[in-house]
Amino acid sequence: MDFSAFLDGFGVVTQPGNLLYCLIGVVVGMLIGVLPGLGPAATMAILLPVVYSAHDPVAAIIMLAGIYYGAQYGGTITSVLLRIPGEASSVVTVFDGFALAKQGKAGTALGIAAIGSFIGATISIIGLTLLGPLVAEFALDFGPPEYAALALLGVLLVATIGNGNTVKALAAAAIGLLLATVGSDSFTSADRFTFGSLNLEDGIDFVVVAMGLFGVGEILYNLEERHGKPHVPAAIANIWPSRKDLKEAGPAIGRGSFIGFVLGVLPGGGAVMASLAAYAAEKRVAKDPSRFGRGAIEGVAGPESANNAAATSSFIPLLTIGIPANASMAMLYAALLVVGVTPGPQLIDERPDLFWGVVNSMYIGNLILLLLSIPLVGIFVRILRVRPAILAPITALITILGVYTIRNSVFDIFLMIFFGVVGYLMKKFGFEPGPMVLAFVLGSLIESSFRRSMLIFEGDASGFVTRPISGTILAFVVLVIAFPLIKRALRRKTPDTDTTPETVQREDSLR
Amino acid sequence: MSETQPRPAPGADQGASDVDHEHDILAEIKAEVAQDLADERPPAGGPAYQVASALFVLLVGLAGAWLAYGYGIGSLRRPGPGLWPFIVSCLIVVLAVVLLVVGRHLDDTEKFTRSSLLVAVGAATFVALGFLLPVVGFEIPAVLLGIVWLRFLGGESWRSTIVISVLTTAAFYGLFLYALSVPLPHLIAL
Repeated sequence: MDFSAFLDGFGVVTQPGNLLYCLIGVVVGMLIGVLPGLGPAATMAILLPVVYSAHDPVAAIIMLAGIYYGAQYGGTITSVLLRIPGEASSVVTVFDGFALAKQGKAGTALGIAAIGSFIGATISIIGLTLLGPLVAEFALDFGPPEYAALALLGVLLVATIGNGNTVKALAAAAIGLLLATVGSDSFTSADRFTFGSLNLEDGIDFVVVAMGLFGVGEILYNLEERHGKPHVPAAIANIWPSRKDLKEAGPAIGRGSFIGFVLGVLPGGGAVMASLAAYAAEKRVAKDPSRFGRGAIEGVAGPESANNAAATSSFIPLLTIGIPANASMAMLYAALLVVGVTPGPQLIDERPDLFWGVVNSMYIGNLILLLLSIPLVGIFVRILRVRPAILAPITALITILGVYTIRNSVFDIFLMIFFGVVGYLMKKFGFEPGPMVLAFVLGSLIESSFRRSMLIFEGDASGFVTRPISGTILAFVVLVIAFPLIKRALRRKTPDTDTTPETVQREDSLR
Repeated sequence: MSETQPRPAPGADQGASDVDHEHDILAEIKAEVAQDLADERPPAGGPAYQVASALFVLLVGLAGAWLAYGYGIGSLRRPGPGLWPFIVSCLIVVLAVVLLVVGRHLDDTEKFTRSSLLVAVGAATFVALGFLLPVVGFEIPAVLLGIVWLRFLGGESWRSTIVISVLTTAAFYGLFLYALSVPLPHLIAL
């Protein structure tokens, strides 16, 4: 590891402008984490236009990153106080967090969750700091076949592991790949799927697609789902956990951090899966598992450490290989492309200021978040009283005006609205927009890598399998596809209605 | 994650393999989560919704394949512009057929209800803003959008509707035109 570059990274972060953007990012992240509705991916999508207009691109990237890991902290608050998970990754925190709150120990639960989150995230950043450069060095040898296989694996994992039906997720991802081909072909400059429109000649801008599918789609969806009244949480006290609480939660925080770090690195793993796995792990090692769901502090500490550790370690594949591991990372990938940086193994050498600036901003961002979520938690609790109806038009306006500012193009507004309606309909019909956006963002990389590989192999597709690294990755691809099928075939014999084969596979990989 | 604690198996089913056991806990958690979330969701749409969505996917795949074929497949040695979209479209067709066959009884769709009209109105205000923005600047459409969303979609009082709409528009005026200095079409020149 280049130690001086690492230290220079702190120099980048501590510039007042970057510190300010870091602060804005984590506060916005915390806010949208607290407010049910918009998730981090949607918020990052809506704020992508900031990347175009920010004076320093590094600052904008730092801000977007802050939104993602900040949301993991905020999501806890509503889980504990209202039994409503602010974020999907805080869903399991509901069980024991709300039970603790009912026993008058909401403060303890929030305090432990904040400390666990901080420790989980910090351990994960240290892991990222140490491992990142190594992975990047390894990935420097990757050629087009490896990239095609790796990106395909990423899309596949996100589709199979995410929520919802796998076939639907795969179909959404495949349509995302098809959408990515719209526009003029970069090899032959032939027009594809443009239907004579000059606006489509350059292809569909992923920022517009993401803002539509995630941003507008979620805004419209929430319009229908909104339940009107704000929830008024009870007052909280004793936010500082006692020594006994800390002792009880300590091992859970350690285990959660480890599980989170490992699952976060894997594509599609991410914070949601990590928190589920950590909760399961805590329940399994506990002497008395029946305490869970009735206010076990480990049931809060484990998942909350895990989701933050995973949120942080999911930066590794993006910053070192150039493959986003989940939808939020796909937004960051888009943001990096916007500022003219292609994420990949060369990033750390070519733009050390950006790499280390972003990584080191996480140390500071998490410190800010710890402050926000222990001494200042009362402020965020009060924000829960704001009615969702008031926020909806504000986010709607940010989105429309934001997309217009990218190119001063009204066409972009309509394209975004179109994808917004598509995103809304997808949700109604049980299709997750996440895999589609991810596949769309990676689409051109997969296609060009595939075609370059075919040129290298002189038309012999078996080259993908015989090259050692791409062959291994493709073996994984086959495994991911085959595993659920085999599992299902075996289960035919026993009338068990379990639908989580991937989860079990993941669990096994941890042992 | 070493297993030093005695495994608290429910019942006397100690013979169950590790995998099965983990299954139980995770499945239980997932079921609880799903139950929690299901309480807040509108009723499922049923087979008609599933078939309609699968047919739409099929249509996309077929159209994509047909168009891609027209762009020229080329050969594996010299891939034409249509090869990759053709492969992807074929994949879409296969997935759509699978959905048609096995997906009929999934319960992940949501029925359109009366409140879906709110969404239609919301989308219409987006479109209206898109048309009005280049003609009359952003201020008036933005205030109007605020009024529609707050008063008619959100059920706020007239007073807070007016105050919030105007304040939000003013804040965006400052943010976009001054703080970020991006050229947004506007009526009021300050």
